[in-house]
Amino acid sequence: MSNIQLDVKNLSVSFSTQAGKVHAVRDVSFSLHKGETLAIVGESGSGKTVTCRTLMRLLSKNASIDAGEILLEGTDILKVSERNMRHIRGNDIAMVFQDPMTSLDPTMKIGRQIEEVITLHRKVKRKEARKRMLELLQLVGIEDPRRRSRQYPHEFSGGQRQRIVISIVLACNPKVLIADEPTTALDVTMQAQIIDLLKSLQKKINTSIIFITHDLGVVANVADRVAVMYAGKIIEIGRADEIFYDPRHPYTWGLLNSMPTLDTSAPSLYTIPGAPPNLLKPPTGDAFAPRNEYALAVDELYEPPMFQISDTHYAATWLLDARAPKVNPPAVLNKRREEFIKRSGLYAES
Amino acid sequence: MKRWLRFISHRLVYMVTTLWVIVTITFFLMNLLPGTPYNNRDKLSPAQLQVLDEKYGLSEPLFTRYTTYINNILHGDFGISLQFSDQKVTTLLGSRIGVSIQLGLQAVIFGTLIGIILGIIAAMKHNTWIDTFCSLFAIVGRSAPNFVVAVLLQYIFAVSLSLLPIGLWKDGFSSSILPTLALSISPMADTSRFIRTEMIEVLGSDYIELARAKGMSELRLVLTHGLRNALIPMVTIIGPLTVSLITGSMVVENIFAIPGIGEQFTKSVLSNDYSTIMAVTILFSTLLVIVIFLMDVLYQLIDPRIRVGQKT
Repeated sequence: MSNIQLDVKNLSVSFSTQAGKVHAVRDVSFSLHKGETLAIVGESGSGKTVTCRTLMRLLSKNASIDAGEILLEGTDILKVSERNMRHIRGNDIAMVFQDPMTSLDPTMKIGRQIEEVITLHRKVKRKEARKRMLELLQLVGIEDPRRRSRQYPHEFSGGQRQRIVISIVLACNPKVLIADEPTTALDVTMQAQIIDLLKSLQKKINTSIIFITHDLGVVANVADRVAVMYAGKIIEIGRADEIFYDPRHPYTWGLLNSMPTLDTSAPSLYTIPGAPPNLLKPPTGDAFAPRNEYALAVDELYEPPMFQISDTHYAATWLLDARAPKVNPPAVLNKRREEFIKRSGLYAES
Repeated sequence: MKRWLRFISHRLVYMVTTLWVIVTITFFLMNLLPGTPYNNRDKLSPAQLQVLDEKYGLSEPLFTRYTTYINNILHGDFGISLQFSDQKVTTLLGSRIGVSIQLGLQAVIFGTLIGIILGIIAAMKHNTWIDTFCSLFAIVGRSAPNFVVAVLLQYIFAVSLSLLPIGLWKDGFSSSILPTLALSISPMADTSRFIRTEMIEVLGSDYIELARAKGMSELRLVLTHGLRNALIPMVTIIGPLTVSLITGSMVVENIFAIPGIGEQFTKSVLSNDYSTIMAVTILFSTLLVIVIFLMDVLYQLIDPRIRVGQKT
């Protein structure tokens, strides 16, 4: 048990809006081991970001955490006072945001923005903080740190800014790093560099990473384990190889199938038909049933529980029930798999 | 350094041109004013009029008077007041300018400071009764003309409570309190609305989110990251604010019978005191042009992204 860094149990989060209560995260449970990378994938609005913001307790005012606990090394951070939570943020749990272009204060020299987080959590003198700041800049690959630390964000490129943000979030050696689509706003070569950087830093400071992304190619390269979210729930979770080689949920099939690759030969790209359900009124049965070509009658009535496939692999679909008809995943997935393996080579460490 | 020199020299040319245009327009417009500088002109004989006109240099054709005037002011000679014939305009205004500057500065500083604080509080307590209260105050402060506020303040603090002098400039700082308050209400309201809007936007930005994720307290991130970013656009409205205080002070100075420039200006216009009107116009416009110039400099100091001619 001591290997578990973060344990999320039955977490439910909702937002009160004028239209009513939106159930953004519904009964989500997962655990994060020390030093591992867990990727959370899913389409927009599936609850990935809300889940992670809850871990930081950085939700907007109209949000409420309806149930669940988040255990950071045994302490439930949902019960911690706001003052103590500030000690956890940036120190124990840190977060990288999607857009590096707007993540830094445009009016403050980047050196000071890094020093700020150090002096906030460590009782050090300005001089020591400065020394640590220069080390960090070096570490994330900013050349000539002494001169560069006196510059403003607009004097850096997008990739460099994301490096600076990474140096800010890793300044206090956090136990958990949440990366919310850290490469989405960058071009492909820059994505590969940033991912390599995160991987090498992860080894150095032995932090656990939760990586939110749309890009399954990135997932194949960085993740030890993968959680697939749909309509506010985790519908499949397992080791990366299990998700890629042996996916069990029809939604995961669709997701893998709809990823375009460089050598896609089909005349048009595959899409999952329909749209995600309205979370103002979550459906009674399986939320994915209306879009699922393999849907069973039971899907309309009862929500599928998590079926265990192996020690590490779980999926929530009635297809795994002993009484369900045997359904094979679409044949095209086999070909896809080959493509993913090839594609993930793009991000391999050199 | 070189780019600063070029920037400043460019701006100086603009400033002088602006002033020249203002002086010219005012000079000719002023001579279209009905009436003359003399009381009871009808009782003067043509001969007397001619003597007087020659004495004050009013007998020349308008254009000659204009060129003489420009020549004179270039040599620092603003002429003699037509109202107080033994006084040079410069001495007349010189004795009053200190009062107006003190009043103006007090009002700008007090108004914007309190405005900024109210704006920050409203933004941090967005959509609560505190926010509503601040908005209400801003609407009232913006819509009530400062002469109405002035009279109200006089009634409450001088007449009813007898706490402060009702007018004049005899008791030092305490006689400046009510006029300063009256003048600062409107800039205070403007500033608080402005800062509130800016701050709400800034507080929703990604770098504030990152500061929160760093573990910073709400107050600290507002003061270190929020305020600086919210203040940048504020620089643009400080210029017009200062102008409104200069012009606004005319009425307020009259109400409180304060011996400042504004009060003198109204008197001079009423008595066609040409040389004083011109001098006050030049003074006000010079102030305004300098304020605008300073704002541009300040803008560049505060926001690193718009430093002059800087390579990115």
